Amino acid sequence: MNKEELKIKLAEFLPTATLDESGEWLTINIVPSELPSAAEILRNKIEFSFDYLFCQTCIDWKTHLTMVYHLESTTYRHQLVMKIQLDRNKPEVETVSHIWRTAEFNERESYEMFGVNFLNHPDLRLLILPDGWEGKNPMRKDFEDPVNMIKL
Amino acid sequence: MYRETEIVKQPGVGEPDVFGDMVINIGPQHPSTHGVLHLVITLNGETIKKVEPHLGYIHRSIEKMCESLSFRQFIYVTSKMDYLSSHINNHGCCLCVEKGMQIEVPPRAQVIRVLMDELTRLASHQLWWGAGAMDIGALTPFFHAFREREMINDIMEETCGTRLTMNYMVPGGVMADVHPNFQRRVHEFINHFKTKIDEYDELLTGNVIFQNRMKRVGYLSKEDAISYGCTGPTARGSGVNCDIRKLYPYEVYSKLQFDEITETAGDCFARYLVRMKEMRQSLSIVEQLIDNIPEGEVQAKTKAVLKLPKGEYYSRVETARGEFGVYIVSEGGTTPYRIKFRSPGYCNLSALDHMARGGKIGDLVAIMAMIDLVIPDIDR
Repeated sequence: MNKEELKIKLAEFLPTATLDESGEWLTINIVPSELPSAAEILRNKIEFSFDYLFCQTCIDWKTHLTMVYHLESTTYRHQLVMKIQLDRNKPEVETVSHIWRTAEFNERESYEMFGVNFLNHPDLRLLILPDGWEGKNPMRKDFEDPVNMIKL
Repeated sequence: MYRETEIVKQPGVGEPDVFGDMVINIGPQHPSTHGVLHLVITLNGETIKKVEPHLGYIHRSIEKMCESLSFRQFIYVTSKMDYLSSHINNHGCCLCVEKGMQIEVPPRAQVIRVLMDELTRLASHQLWWGAGAMDIGALTPFFHAFREREMINDIMEETCGTRLTMNYMVPGGVMADVHPNFQRRVHEFINHFKTKIDEYDELLTGNVIFQNRMKRVGYLSKEDAISYGCTGPTARGSGVNCDIRKLYPYEVYSKLQFDEITETAGDCFARYLVRMKEMRQSLSIVEQLIDNIPEGEVQAKTKAVLKLPKGEYYSRVETARGEFGVYIVSEGGTTPYRIKFRSPGYCNLSALDHMARGGKIGDLVAIMAMIDLVIPDIDR
Protein backbone atom coordinates (compact mmCIF):
# COMPACT_ATOMS: atom_id res chain seq x y z
CA MET A 1 0.00 0.00 0.00
CA ASN A 2 1.38 3.41 -0.82
CA LYS A 3 1.18 6.55 1.27
CA GLU A 4 -2.10 7.82 -0.22
CA GLU A 5 -3.95 4.53 0.15
CA LEU A 6 -2.62 4.17 3.66
CA LYS A 7 -3.91 7.64 4.52
CA ILE A 8 -7.42 6.82 3.34
CA LYS A 9 -7.48 3.52 5.21
CA LEU A 10 -6.14 5.08 8.40
CA ALA A 11 -8.78 7.81 8.29
CA GLU A 12 -11.40 5.10 7.96
CA PHE A 13 -10.27 2.90 10.86
CA LEU A 14 -8.72 5.48 13.19
CA PRO A 15 -10.80 8.63 12.64
CA THR A 16 -9.66 10.43 15.80
CA ALA A 17 -5.92 10.22 15.02
CA THR A 18 -4.08 13.01 13.23
CA LEU A 19 -1.71 12.39 10.34
CA ASP A 20 1.55 14.12 9.53
CA GLU A 21 3.36 13.77 6.20
CA SER A 22 6.49 15.84 6.77
CA GLY A 23 8.83 12.90 7.35
CA GLU A 24 10.04 10.08 5.14
CA TRP A 25 7.19 7.89 6.33
CA LEU A 26 3.61 8.68 7.21
CA THR A 27 3.26 9.64 10.88
CA ILE A 28 0.16 9.09 12.97
CA ASN A 29 -0.41 10.82 16.30
CA ILE A 30 -2.49 8.98 18.85
CA VAL A 31 -3.69 9.91 22.33
CA PRO A 32 -2.43 7.52 25.07
CA SER A 33 -5.87 6.16 25.95
CA GLU A 34 -6.43 4.94 22.38
CA LEU A 35 -3.15 3.07 22.05
CA PRO A 36 -4.38 -0.48 22.86
CA SER A 37 -7.21 -0.39 20.31
CA ALA A 38 -5.11 1.40 17.68
CA ALA A 39 -2.24 -1.07 18.06
CA GLU A 40 -4.67 -3.95 17.77
CA ILE A 41 -6.13 -2.53 14.55
CA LEU A 42 -2.74 -1.79 12.99
CA ARG A 43 -1.42 -5.25 13.79
CA ASN A 44 -4.44 -7.40 13.02
CA LYS A 45 -6.48 -5.66 10.30
CA ILE A 46 -5.57 -7.45 7.10
CA GLU A 47 -5.21 -4.16 5.18
CA PHE A 48 -2.47 -2.94 7.51
CA SER A 49 -0.75 -6.08 8.92
CA PHE A 50 1.93 -4.09 10.70
CA ASP A 51 3.58 -7.14 12.21
CA TYR A 52 7.13 -5.84 12.63
CA LEU A 53 7.94 -3.15 15.19
CA PHE A 54 11.45 -2.29 14.09
CA CYS A 55 12.17 0.62 16.36
CA GLN A 56 10.54 1.72 19.57
CA THR A 57 11.90 4.60 21.52
CA CYS A 58 11.16 7.70 23.56
CA ILE A 59 12.12 11.33 23.10
CA ASP A 60 12.34 13.89 25.89
CA TRP A 61 11.10 17.26 24.63
CA LYS A 62 11.62 18.95 28.04
CA THR A 63 7.90 19.87 28.16
CA HIS A 64 6.58 16.41 27.37
CA LEU A 65 7.73 12.94 26.34
CA THR A 66 6.97 11.29 23.02
CA MET A 67 6.88 7.55 22.46
CA VAL A 68 7.79 6.67 18.87
CA TYR A 69 6.89 3.36 17.28
CA HIS A 70 8.27 2.52 13.83
CA LEU A 71 6.07 -0.11 12.23
CA GLU A 72 6.46 -2.15 9.09
CA SER A 73 4.41 -4.79 7.38
CA THR A 74 6.43 -7.76 6.19
CA THR A 75 3.68 -8.67 3.71
CA TYR A 76 3.06 -5.30 2.05
CA ARG A 77 6.33 -3.56 2.96
CA HIS A 78 4.72 -0.31 4.00
CA GLN A 79 5.88 1.69 6.99
CA LEU A 80 4.15 3.84 9.54
CA VAL A 81 5.43 5.92 12.44
CA MET A 82 3.12 6.03 15.44
CA LYS A 83 3.62 8.77 18.02
CA ILE A 84 2.12 9.24 21.43
CA GLN A 85 2.55 12.34 23.53
CA LEU A 86 2.92 11.74 27.26
CA ASP A 87 2.82 13.92 30.33
CA ARG A 88 6.40 14.44 31.49
CA ASN A 89 5.57 14.42 35.19
CA LYS A 90 3.47 11.28 35.10
CA PRO A 91 4.21 9.38 31.88
CA GLU A 92 1.91 6.41 31.65
CA VAL A 93 0.93 4.38 28.63
CA GLU A 94 -0.45 0.92 27.97
CA THR A 95 2.07 -1.75 26.95
CA VAL A 96 2.11 -3.22 23.44
CA SER A 97 4.31 -6.19 24.37
CA HIS A 98 1.45 -8.66 23.91
CA ILE A 99 1.07 -7.46 20.31
CA TRP A 100 4.72 -7.09 19.34
CA ARG A 101 6.93 -9.22 21.60
CA THR A 102 10.00 -7.12 20.86
CA ALA A 103 8.35 -4.30 22.80
CA GLU A 104 8.92 -6.15 26.06
CA PHE A 105 12.65 -5.38 26.07
CA ASN A 106 12.35 -1.99 24.41
CA GLU A 107 9.75 -0.87 26.94
CA ARG A 108 11.97 -1.94 29.79
CA GLU A 109 14.68 0.27 28.31
CA SER A 110 12.32 3.24 27.96
CA TYR A 111 11.10 2.60 31.51
CA GLU A 112 14.50 2.92 33.11
CA MET A 113 16.00 5.51 30.77
CA PHE A 114 13.00 7.85 30.53
CA GLY A 115 10.79 6.77 33.40
CA VAL A 116 7.80 5.87 31.25
CA ASN A 117 5.46 3.60 33.16
CA PHE A 118 4.02 0.89 30.94
CA LEU A 119 0.74 -0.39 32.32
CA ASN A 120 0.13 -4.15 32.26
CA HIS A 121 3.69 -4.89 31.20
CA PRO A 122 4.50 -8.51 32.18
CA ASP A 123 7.90 -7.81 33.71
CA LEU A 124 8.67 -4.13 34.18
CA ARG A 125 12.04 -4.14 35.97
CA LEU A 126 15.42 -2.53 35.50
CA LEU A 127 17.29 -4.14 32.62
CA ILE A 128 20.42 -2.11 31.97
CA LEU A 129 20.79 0.04 35.08
CA PRO A 130 22.18 -1.67 38.19
CA ASP A 131 19.86 -3.05 40.85
CA GLY A 132 18.85 -0.47 43.39
CA TRP A 133 19.29 2.48 41.02
CA GLU A 134 17.88 5.57 42.59
CA GLY A 135 17.41 9.00 41.20
CA LYS A 136 16.52 10.41 37.87
CA ASN A 137 16.27 8.66 34.55
CA PRO A 138 19.57 8.99 32.73
CA MET A 139 18.35 9.67 29.21
CA ARG A 140 16.22 12.64 30.21
CA LYS A 141 17.56 16.03 29.22
CA ASP A 142 17.89 17.34 32.79
CA PHE A 143 19.98 14.41 34.02
CA GLU A 144 23.38 15.36 35.36
CA ASP A 145 25.89 13.00 36.95
CA PRO A 146 29.07 14.73 38.14
CA VAL A 147 30.83 11.42 38.91
CA ASN A 148 30.24 9.45 35.73
CA MET A 149 30.00 12.14 33.10
CA ILE A 150 28.05 11.23 30.01
CA LYS A 151 27.88 14.71 28.54
CA LEU A 152 31.12 15.69 26.92
CA MET B 1 33.17 11.48 45.08
CA TYR B 2 33.82 7.74 45.08
CA ARG B 3 30.77 5.71 45.84
CA GLU B 4 31.12 2.21 47.15
CA THR B 5 29.17 -0.36 45.20
CA GLU B 6 26.92 -2.52 47.24
CA ILE B 7 27.02 -6.14 46.18
CA VAL B 8 23.47 -7.34 45.92
CA LYS B 9 23.20 -10.93 47.00
CA GLN B 10 20.43 -12.86 45.37
CA PRO B 11 18.62 -15.16 47.75
CA GLY B 12 18.72 -18.84 47.04
CA VAL B 13 21.16 -18.86 44.15
CA GLY B 14 22.50 -22.36 43.65
CA GLU B 15 19.95 -24.01 45.92
CA PRO B 16 16.68 -25.58 44.91
CA ASP B 17 13.76 -23.35 45.86
CA VAL B 18 10.41 -24.47 47.21
CA PHE B 19 9.24 -25.71 43.82
CA GLY B 20 12.33 -27.82 43.23
CA ASP B 21 13.75 -25.43 40.66
CA MET B 22 17.36 -24.40 40.61
CA VAL B 23 18.59 -20.95 39.69
CA ILE B 24 22.06 -20.65 38.25
CA ASN B 25 24.02 -17.74 36.86
CA ILE B 26 26.02 -17.73 33.65
CA GLY B 27 28.33 -14.78 33.41
CA PRO B 28 29.02 -11.87 33.55
CA GLN B 29 32.48 -13.39 33.06
CA HIS B 30 32.00 -16.56 31.09
CA PRO B 31 33.77 -17.61 27.89
CA SER B 32 30.64 -18.62 26.03
CA THR B 33 28.83 -15.32 26.52
CA HIS B 34 31.41 -13.54 24.32
CA GLY B 35 31.57 -10.56 26.60
CA VAL B 36 29.99 -9.43 29.80
CA LEU B 37 26.48 -10.79 29.60
CA HIS B 38 24.78 -12.11 32.70
CA LEU B 39 22.10 -14.76 32.34
CA VAL B 40 20.01 -15.96 35.26
CA ILE B 41 18.65 -19.36 34.34
CA THR B 42 15.88 -21.21 36.13
CA LEU B 43 16.28 -24.95 35.72
CA ASN B 44 14.16 -27.94 36.45
CA GLY B 45 16.63 -30.77 36.37
CA GLU B 46 18.42 -30.12 33.11
CA THR B 47 15.46 -28.46 31.42
CA ILE B 48 15.43 -24.70 31.08
CA LYS B 49 12.34 -23.03 32.51
CA LYS B 50 13.38 -19.44 32.08
CA VAL B 51 16.32 -17.39 30.87
CA GLU B 52 16.62 -13.83 32.13
CA PRO B 53 19.32 -11.65 30.60
CA HIS B 54 20.79 -8.96 32.84
CA LEU B 55 22.43 -6.27 30.76
CA GLY B 56 24.39 -3.13 31.36
CA TYR B 57 27.84 -4.34 32.37
CA ILE B 58 29.40 -2.37 29.54
CA HIS B 59 26.67 0.17 28.93
CA ARG B 60 28.40 3.40 27.88
CA SER B 61 25.26 5.37 27.10
CA ILE B 62 26.39 6.03 23.55
CA GLU B 63 23.01 7.54 22.66
CA LYS B 64 23.35 10.19 25.36
CA MET B 65 26.98 10.78 24.49
CA CYS B 66 26.03 11.43 20.86
CA GLU B 67 23.71 14.24 21.93
CA SER B 68 26.74 16.38 22.73
CA LEU B 69 28.79 15.40 19.68
CA SER B 70 28.60 17.05 16.28
CA PHE B 71 27.22 15.32 13.20
CA ARG B 72 30.76 14.48 12.12
CA GLN B 73 31.97 13.28 15.49
CA PHE B 74 29.18 10.96 16.58
CA ILE B 75 29.91 8.54 13.73
CA TYR B 76 33.17 7.45 15.32
CA VAL B 77 31.54 6.47 18.60
CA THR B 78 29.32 4.00 16.78
CA SER B 79 32.33 1.89 15.79
CA LYS B 80 32.45 0.82 19.40
CA MET B 81 28.95 -0.63 19.40
CA ASP B 82 29.12 -3.65 17.16
CA TYR B 83 32.88 -3.75 16.90
CA LEU B 84 32.78 -6.62 14.40
CA SER B 85 30.67 -4.58 11.95
CA SER B 86 32.15 -1.20 12.72
CA HIS B 87 32.27 -0.20 9.04
CA ILE B 88 28.62 -0.97 8.60
CA ASN B 89 27.64 0.96 11.73
CA ASN B 90 29.55 3.97 10.41
CA HIS B 91 27.87 3.45 7.07
CA GLY B 92 24.39 3.59 8.58
CA CYS B 93 25.18 6.82 10.42
CA CYS B 94 26.71 8.42 7.33
CA LEU B 95 23.66 7.49 5.27
CA CYS B 96 21.41 9.13 7.84
CA VAL B 97 23.42 12.36 7.90
CA GLU B 98 23.63 12.37 4.09
CA LYS B 99 19.87 11.90 3.89
CA GLY B 100 19.37 14.98 6.05
CA MET B 101 21.98 17.11 4.30
CA GLN B 102 21.10 15.75 0.83
CA ILE B 103 24.70 14.96 0.03
CA GLU B 104 25.40 12.99 -3.13
CA VAL B 105 28.15 10.42 -2.58
CA PRO B 106 30.60 10.02 -5.51
CA PRO B 107 30.47 6.63 -7.29
CA ARG B 108 33.99 5.68 -6.29
CA ALA B 109 33.24 6.23 -2.62
CA GLN B 110 30.03 4.20 -2.91
CA VAL B 111 31.89 1.20 -4.30
CA ILE B 112 34.66 1.46 -1.71
CA ARG B 113 32.05 1.62 1.04
CA VAL B 114 30.28 -1.50 -0.18
CA LEU B 115 33.59 -3.33 -0.60
CA MET B 116 34.55 -2.50 2.96
CA ASP B 117 31.11 -3.51 4.23
CA GLU B 118 31.36 -6.90 2.63
CA LEU B 119 34.91 -7.50 3.81
CA THR B 120 33.76 -6.60 7.32
CA ARG B 121 30.85 -9.00 7.01
CA LEU B 122 33.24 -11.75 5.93
CA ALA B 123 35.57 -11.06 8.84
CA SER B 124 32.65 -11.03 11.26
CA HIS B 125 31.24 -14.31 9.98
CA GLN B 126 34.67 -15.89 10.11
CA LEU B 127 35.01 -14.93 13.76
CA TRP B 128 31.51 -16.21 14.43
CA TRP B 129 32.34 -19.52 12.74
CA GLY B 130 35.50 -20.01 14.76
CA ALA B 131 34.16 -18.85 18.10
CA GLY B 132 30.82 -20.56 17.61
CA ALA B 133 32.48 -23.88 16.92
CA MET B 134 34.67 -23.38 19.97
CA ASP B 135 31.58 -22.87 22.12
CA ILE B 136 30.29 -26.24 20.96
CA GLY B 137 33.62 -27.84 21.73
CA ALA B 138 35.52 -27.88 18.43
CA LEU B 139 38.80 -26.04 18.85
CA THR B 140 40.36 -26.41 15.40
CA PRO B 141 37.98 -24.12 13.44
CA PHE B 142 39.01 -21.18 15.57
CA PHE B 143 42.57 -21.27 14.23
CA HIS B 144 41.42 -21.74 10.65
CA ALA B 145 39.03 -18.82 10.91
CA PHE B 146 41.58 -16.51 12.45
CA ARG B 147 44.14 -17.28 9.77
CA GLU B 148 41.79 -15.94 7.07
CA ARG B 149 40.47 -13.13 9.21
CA GLU B 150 43.99 -11.90 9.71
CA MET B 151 44.25 -11.27 5.96
CA ILE B 152 41.18 -9.03 6.03
CA ASN B 153 42.48 -7.22 9.09
CA ASP B 154 45.75 -6.57 7.28
CA ILE B 155 43.89 -5.14 4.29
CA MET B 156 41.90 -2.89 6.64
CA GLU B 157 45.00 -1.81 8.47
CA GLU B 158 46.71 -0.75 5.27
CA THR B 159 43.81 1.36 4.03
CA CYS B 160 42.10 2.58 7.20
CA GLY B 161 44.97 2.58 9.66
CA THR B 162 43.32 0.35 12.24
CA ARG B 163 42.31 -3.26 12.39
CA LEU B 164 39.03 -3.32 14.27
CA THR B 165 37.31 0.04 14.75
CA MET B 166 38.12 1.62 11.43
CA ASN B 167 36.34 5.02 11.48
CA TYR B 168 36.90 5.16 7.74
CA MET B 169 33.60 6.61 6.61
CA VAL B 170 32.73 10.28 6.76
CA PRO B 171 29.57 12.09 5.61
CA GLY B 172 29.96 12.43 1.85
CA GLY B 173 32.25 9.50 1.20
CA VAL B 174 35.27 7.88 2.76
CA MET B 175 38.13 9.54 4.59
CA ALA B 176 40.91 8.75 2.10
CA ASP B 177 41.47 6.78 -1.05
CA VAL B 178 42.34 3.09 -0.79
CA HIS B 179 45.95 2.01 -0.47
CA PRO B 180 47.74 1.24 -3.80
CA ASN B 181 48.09 -2.40 -2.68
CA PHE B 182 44.39 -2.71 -1.91
CA GLN B 183 43.26 -4.40 -5.12
CA ARG B 184 46.19 -6.81 -5.25
CA ARG B 185 45.73 -7.90 -1.66
CA VAL B 186 41.99 -8.32 -1.96
CA HIS B 187 42.60 -10.52 -5.02
CA GLU B 188 45.05 -12.57 -2.98
CA PHE B 189 42.48 -12.90 -0.26
CA ILE B 190 39.70 -13.96 -2.66
CA ASN B 191 41.86 -16.66 -4.23
CA HIS B 192 42.95 -17.89 -0.83
CA PHE B 193 39.52 -17.87 0.79
CA LYS B 194 37.76 -19.54 -2.14
CA THR B 195 39.54 -22.80 -1.39
CA LYS B 196 39.34 -22.35 2.35
CA ILE B 197 35.59 -21.90 2.52
CA ASP B 198 35.14 -25.39 1.12
CA GLU B 199 37.52 -26.56 3.78
CA TYR B 200 35.30 -24.90 6.39
CA ASP B 201 32.38 -26.96 5.17
CA GLU B 202 34.39 -30.18 5.13
CA LEU B 203 35.72 -29.53 8.60
CA LEU B 204 32.51 -28.66 10.41
CA THR B 205 29.28 -28.57 8.43
CA GLY B 206 29.12 -32.28 7.65
CA ASN B 207 30.32 -33.36 11.08
CA VAL B 208 27.79 -35.70 12.70
CA ILE B 209 28.43 -34.56 16.27
CA PHE B 210 28.14 -30.93 15.25
CA GLN B 211 24.89 -31.54 13.36
CA ASN B 212 23.43 -33.39 16.32
CA ARG B 213 24.18 -30.43 18.54
CA MET B 214 22.59 -28.03 16.05
CA LYS B 215 19.56 -29.66 14.49
CA ARG B 216 16.16 -29.25 16.17
CA VAL B 217 17.71 -27.01 18.81
CA GLY B 218 16.45 -23.53 19.61
CA TYR B 219 13.46 -23.53 17.30
CA LEU B 220 12.07 -20.14 16.32
CA SER B 221 9.02 -19.91 14.06
CA LYS B 222 8.65 -17.32 11.33
CA GLU B 223 5.85 -15.46 13.16
CA ASP B 224 7.82 -15.34 16.39
CA ALA B 225 10.95 -14.15 14.61
CA ILE B 226 9.02 -11.19 13.18
CA SER B 227 7.22 -10.49 16.45
CA TYR B 228 10.46 -10.49 18.44
CA GLY B 229 12.00 -8.16 15.88
CA CYS B 230 14.73 -10.64 15.01
CA THR B 231 16.73 -9.76 11.92
CA GLY B 232 19.77 -10.98 10.08
CA PRO B 233 20.71 -14.65 9.89
CA THR B 234 18.75 -15.36 13.08
CA ALA B 235 15.48 -14.48 11.33
CA ARG B 236 16.50 -15.66 7.87
CA GLY B 237 17.07 -19.13 9.34
CA SER B 238 13.33 -19.09 10.06
CA GLY B 239 12.40 -18.05 6.55
CA VAL B 240 11.87 -14.31 7.06
CA ASN B 241 12.90 -12.08 4.17
CA CYS B 242 14.66 -9.30 6.02
CA ASP B 243 17.84 -8.50 4.12
CA ILE B 244 17.91 -4.71 3.94
CA ARG B 245 20.42 -4.91 1.08
CA LYS B 246 17.69 -6.53 -1.03
CA LEU B 247 14.57 -4.86 0.36
CA TYR B 248 15.76 -1.26 0.54
CA PRO B 249 19.02 -1.18 -1.43
CA TYR B 250 21.47 1.54 -0.54
CA GLU B 251 24.63 2.63 -2.41
CA VAL B 252 25.36 0.20 -5.27
CA TYR B 253 23.62 -2.90 -3.89
CA SER B 254 20.79 -2.60 -6.41
CA LYS B 255 23.25 -3.14 -9.30
CA LEU B 256 24.89 -6.22 -7.81
CA GLN B 257 24.16 -9.87 -8.36
CA PHE B 258 23.63 -11.68 -5.09
CA ASP B 259 20.99 -13.80 -3.39
CA GLU B 260 19.20 -13.32 -0.14
CA ILE B 261 19.78 -16.55 1.77
CA THR B 262 16.85 -17.97 3.67
CA GLU B 263 16.33 -21.34 5.33
CA THR B 264 13.02 -22.61 6.61
CA ALA B 265 13.99 -25.06 9.36
CA GLY B 266 14.19 -22.35 12.05
CA ASP B 267 16.70 -24.24 14.19
CA CYS B 268 20.35 -23.56 15.01
CA PHE B 269 21.58 -25.49 11.99
CA ALA B 270 19.47 -23.33 9.66
CA ARG B 271 21.07 -20.21 11.12
CA TYR B 272 24.46 -21.82 10.68
CA LEU B 273 23.76 -22.59 7.02
CA VAL B 274 22.52 -19.06 6.34
CA ARG B 275 25.79 -17.56 7.57
CA MET B 276 27.90 -20.08 5.68
CA LYS B 277 26.08 -19.33 2.43
CA GLU B 278 26.21 -15.59 3.13
CA MET B 279 29.99 -15.78 3.20
CA ARG B 280 29.94 -17.07 -0.36
CA GLN B 281 27.58 -14.27 -1.40
CA SER B 282 29.80 -11.63 0.22
CA LEU B 283 32.79 -13.13 -1.53
CA SER B 284 30.94 -12.90 -4.83
CA ILE B 285 30.05 -9.23 -4.18
CA VAL B 286 33.69 -8.40 -3.43
CA GLU B 287 34.71 -10.22 -6.62
CA GLN B 288 32.19 -8.26 -8.71
CA LEU B 289 33.36 -4.92 -7.38
CA ILE B 290 37.09 -5.18 -6.90
CA ASP B 291 37.98 -4.76 -10.59
CA ASN B 292 35.24 -2.22 -11.22
CA ILE B 293 36.06 0.61 -8.83
CA PRO B 294 35.24 3.77 -10.81
CA GLU B 295 37.78 6.57 -10.94
CA GLY B 296 37.09 9.91 -9.33
CA GLU B 297 36.64 11.63 -6.02
CA VAL B 298 36.30 9.67 -2.79
CA GLN B 299 34.57 12.42 -0.88
CA ALA B 300 31.86 14.90 -1.79
CA LYS B 301 32.39 18.57 -1.00
CA THR B 302 30.65 19.27 2.27
CA LYS B 303 30.49 22.18 4.67
CA ALA B 304 32.90 22.13 7.57
CA VAL B 305 30.08 22.33 10.10
CA LEU B 306 27.08 20.20 9.33
CA LYS B 307 23.67 21.39 10.44
CA LEU B 308 20.87 18.95 9.80
CA PRO B 309 17.58 20.71 9.01
CA LYS B 310 14.90 20.35 11.65
CA GLY B 311 13.19 17.00 11.31
CA GLU B 312 13.53 13.28 11.78
CA TYR B 313 15.72 10.97 9.76
CA TYR B 314 15.94 7.21 9.74
CA SER B 315 18.34 5.01 7.85
CA ARG B 316 18.62 1.25 7.77
CA VAL B 317 21.57 -0.94 6.88
CA GLU B 318 22.30 -4.64 7.09
CA THR B 319 25.13 -5.50 9.47
CA ALA B 320 26.54 -8.97 9.95
CA ARG B 321 23.98 -9.49 12.72
CA GLY B 322 20.89 -7.97 11.20
CA GLU B 323 19.16 -4.69 10.69
CA PHE B 324 20.87 -1.66 12.14
CA GLY B 325 18.79 1.49 12.27
CA VAL B 326 19.80 5.06 13.02
CA TYR B 327 17.07 7.44 14.09
CA ILE B 328 18.13 11.07 14.33
CA VAL B 329 15.90 13.82 15.65
CA SER B 330 17.38 17.17 14.74
CA GLU B 331 16.38 20.60 15.95
CA GLY B 332 18.45 22.34 13.30
CA GLY B 333 21.56 22.65 15.43
CA THR B 334 25.07 21.27 15.09
CA THR B 335 24.38 18.34 17.40
CA PRO B 336 21.57 15.81 17.26
CA TYR B 337 18.71 16.40 19.69
CA ARG B 338 18.14 12.70 20.14
CA ILE B 339 19.68 9.64 18.55
CA LYS B 340 18.39 6.12 18.78
CA PHE B 341 20.38 3.18 17.52
CA ARG B 342 18.23 0.21 16.69
CA SER B 343 20.77 -2.52 17.24
CA PRO B 344 20.17 -6.01 15.88
CA GLY B 345 21.69 -7.79 18.87
CA TYR B 346 19.27 -6.29 21.37
CA CYS B 347 16.21 -7.63 19.59
CA ASN B 348 17.82 -10.97 18.78
CA LEU B 349 18.69 -11.42 22.44
CA SER B 350 15.09 -10.78 23.47
CA ALA B 351 14.14 -13.99 21.66
CA LEU B 352 16.71 -16.05 23.57
CA ASP B 353 14.31 -16.94 26.37
CA HIS B 354 11.72 -18.07 23.85
CA MET B 355 14.22 -20.20 21.93
CA ALA B 356 15.84 -21.82 24.94
CA ARG B 357 12.75 -22.50 27.04
CA GLY B 358 12.01 -26.20 27.30
CA GLY B 359 15.42 -27.15 25.95
CA LYS B 360 18.41 -28.51 27.80
CA ILE B 361 21.00 -26.38 29.55
CA GLY B 362 23.71 -27.75 27.25
CA ASP B 363 21.88 -26.43 24.21
CA LEU B 364 21.79 -22.89 25.54
CA VAL B 365 25.39 -22.30 24.56
CA ALA B 366 24.68 -23.58 21.05
CA ILE B 367 21.71 -21.24 20.73
CA MET B 368 23.71 -18.27 21.97
CA ALA B 369 26.54 -19.08 19.58
CA MET B 370 24.19 -19.20 16.61
CA ILE B 371 22.53 -15.87 17.46
CA ASP B 372 26.05 -14.45 17.30
CA LEU B 373 25.85 -12.12 20.25
CA VAL B 374 28.11 -9.10 20.44
CA ILE B 375 27.57 -7.57 23.85
CA PRO B 376 28.64 -3.95 23.17
CA ASP B 377 26.02 -3.94 20.44
CA ILE B 378 23.35 -5.02 22.92
CA ASP B 379 24.39 -2.68 25.72
CA ARG B 380 25.29 0.34 23.58
